[in-house]
Amino acid sequence: MPKMKDGCVKPARGPILEAAESTTPTGKALPREVGKMQARVGAEAPDFEANAFVAGEGFKPVRLSAYRGKWIVLCFYPGDFTFV
Amino acid sequence: MGVEVLAMSTDSRFVHKMWQEQELSKMVEGGVPFPMLSDAGGKIGAIYGIYDDAAGVDIRGRFIIDPDFVIRAMEVLTPEVGRNPDELVRQVKAYQHVAATGEVTPSGWQPGEVTLTPGPDLVGRVWEIWKP
Repeated sequence: MPKMKDGCVKPARGPILEAAESTTPTGKALPREVGKMQARVGAEAPDFEANAFVAGEGFKPVRLSAYRGKWIVLCFYPGDFTFV
Repeated sequence: MGVEVLAMSTDSRFVHKMWQEQELSKMVEGGVPFPMLSDAGGKIGAIYGIYDDAAGVDIRGRFIIDPDFVIRAMEVLTPEVGRNPDELVRQVKAYQHVAATGEVTPSGWQPGEVTLTPGPDLVGRVWEIWKP
């Protein structure tokens, strides 16, 4: 594993709202408003960048749109070291 | 299936590393192979509609995104009940089949089972083709 050099605090871009001009399959752009739910089935996925831990690689920022062109499963969960 | 899995919670990347090393690697040999993302402040969870403001955590939201970057499916559970990976795999295979063929998959479809091709000729005749 490469050496992990990393500060205590490292900003990541979080939600990337510039994707506003992106269109859904129906050709209609979705409104992009910070903090409001934007995920809709049939519409383009809201893009984001987040800091990540990757086994064998260490810490790195991951941007969702870097996986464009592939099938993606994005799973949220409540917390590490919890029970289910 | 060729699927990229990304996991995300409000934990920091440091906690992800410890969880992987202290616990997950004892459940899965070598630990989980997918990136573990940190949703600081729940901002990403909020735009995906799965951030619990009161608890300050992302609940169990799961999204299938196709190669055109379109969300095909979402499932959201409150935290007490774990997910069913078999159903996730079934849905991904069904969406991949649909993307490859233009056919549609009836309820409970599994790979190899009958699919339907929508069109005027099928109206009122699904019962002849699909026997649940």
